[in-house]
Amino acid sequence: MKHSTFLLFSLPSLSVMFLFIAIPIVSVFIQSLHIEHKQVIIVTENCDPFGCETTTAVDTEASAKLKEKAPLGKFNGFKTYSNRMHFAFDEVGEAWKSSDSFTVFTKKLYNYPLYRALSFTLTYTFVVTPFVLFLGFLVAVGVNNLPKMFKGPTIFASLLPMIVTPLVGSLILFWMVDGDGVIGATLQKIFNDNSLSLKASPVLTWIMLMVYGIWHLMPFSFIVFYAGLQTVPQETIEAATIDGASKFQRIRHVVIPHLMPLAIFITLILLMDNFRVFEPIIGFRAEAHATSISWLIWNHLRESAYPLYNAAGATSMVTIFGVAILLLPVLIRTWRDFKEKNKG
Amino acid sequence: MNTKIENKLTPVRIIAFIFVALWLVIAMFPFIWTLWGSFKVQADFFSKADWSNAIFGFHTEKQTGGFFTMDGYYGSWIEEEFWRAVINTSIVVFFTVLISLTFGTLGGYALARSTYRYAFWILMAGLIFRAMPHMTLISGYLQPFFAWNVWGILPTTIIVLVAINQPFTLWMLHSFFLNIPKDLDESAMCDGCNRFQAFRYVIIPIMWPGVITTGLFSFLLAYNDFTVTSMLLSDENETMIPAIASFLGTVQEEGKVMYAVAAVVSATAPLFFFVLFFQRQIVSGLTAGAVKG
Repeated sequence: MKHSTFLLFSLPSLSVMFLFIAIPIVSVFIQSLHIEHKQVIIVTENCDPFGCETTTAVDTEASAKLKEKAPLGKFNGFKTYSNRMHFAFDEVGEAWKSSDSFTVFTKKLYNYPLYRALSFTLTYTFVVTPFVLFLGFLVAVGVNNLPKMFKGPTIFASLLPMIVTPLVGSLILFWMVDGDGVIGATLQKIFNDNSLSLKASPVLTWIMLMVYGIWHLMPFSFIVFYAGLQTVPQETIEAATIDGASKFQRIRHVVIPHLMPLAIFITLILLMDNFRVFEPIIGFRAEAHATSISWLIWNHLRESAYPLYNAAGATSMVTIFGVAILLLPVLIRTWRDFKEKNKG
Repeated sequence: MNTKIENKLTPVRIIAFIFVALWLVIAMFPFIWTLWGSFKVQADFFSKADWSNAIFGFHTEKQTGGFFTMDGYYGSWIEEEFWRAVINTSIVVFFTVLISLTFGTLGGYALARSTYRYAFWILMAGLIFRAMPHMTLISGYLQPFFAWNVWGILPTTIIVLVAINQPFTLWMLHSFFLNIPKDLDESAMCDGCNRFQAFRYVIIPIMWPGVITTGLFSFLLAYNDFTVTSMLLSDENETMIPAIASFLGTVQEEGKVMYAVAAVVSATAPLFFFVLFFQRQIVSGLTAGAVKG
């Protein structure tokens, strides 16, 4: 295809990605380097017979002028990244010096929003992903062992948790585990403890969110693995059976190697999706005990009266950096494949 | 003989059956429970004393006289004007899917047919863009959108959703077009067609299966989005999912929780039928990406 035709065909697609994905990333970075102008404050001294009194007032005109001159705010360098909302270098150094053990140090670290969000996001990502892979594989093998008539209904029922809107899905579960909901109330009865609440304890909140994550994403790995199982070469399985391989050995030595590329694909998608976990925290109203990086950005932009653009920008850059680290192995691999293909 | 083997009960088969049945209960029960409960009053759906109230509707009968009540639906759709959100969602979803597919088909075709190195780099950039958490992009949109006075309206949200959707659409359609033999459009070009004519008369008639499958996933992304719609739409232009989220703020009062439950069921129902009708396409779409890597 000629360059000019290629450009004509792909121009709408490329320009929309450039304008709304590439440029925002750059602008987020620039935004993170600036800080909002301080309001211009006029101090006036009013003197009357009873004494002098100073009043301070915001000079709106001067503030607006300042904002017009430099809409991004004052250049702040990387200070937003190092403040206590983010990496909190000074405070962490202080904590390191004053803590006598590592546990005390991590506890102190947990007080800073970014570290708190990172710890949940990473735990969530690296707990949910393997569970989803493993359980999805088990269900796929299970369905594969059942008569054909079970296949359709199982797939239909499995698709629902995956396809349902994350916020809606988490709300449905949240209402069930609520103290008055069916699961929550039953648990209270079983443990004979009326104050037992999944929302009140940090550990239970984390577990609840991760269970939701597994419920939501397992269908995806199940369906991909199930499709993969249909393509396992039957001759190899038969040959292995004749050679005396047990069912388990057949799975271990024939099926799993065959499904390995699929497992890598699923892992990649799961890592990307789990790293952006956000809606469940809103749905479960879990922000008191569990915050994710995406939730942190949302909070910077939404919670205060004025959006904290610099904080949101800095957190976004940290997130993008995290995604880059997650993706790096895949990118290197694809690049190698591509180079080899071009050689041959 | 084959059926005999299939129906034989082996221990492995029994374990498999129990395991799959357990998963089905876990997957389905929350939906059935909530659907059933949405026709009850709050005292039944959130019954601390006895969960069977939610099934038999003890309080529902006492409070409303009937076994089922539509109060939750009436409250959310009429009183809280959920129907507005439904209309907004329809508009956003329709245009997002339409524009995504138009852009994606053209781009995906070009990427599949180009032999130059930049096609690879564009696909790689697409993969990286696909991995970007959407929230990171939002913080970049707000300031310019406020400055240009385009914040809060539906077209802005539609174009942002198209952009966010584009990497996935491109990848999917690119691998679909790779499966259509090159010779097809190239022979048309030998017969004197130019590239656009070849695309128009040879590719377009046969591309619909791939386009529909991709369209289903674009639909899901637009329909399920909370991040973009909650940050970029003003209150009167809210779509369903942010509308449900804003219900949550006001549901503390007695009775209002059922509004949110009814709204949640209303938002899930279309997805139920969506799966019912397009199950095969969804499965093939999920696996197509996987098999081709």
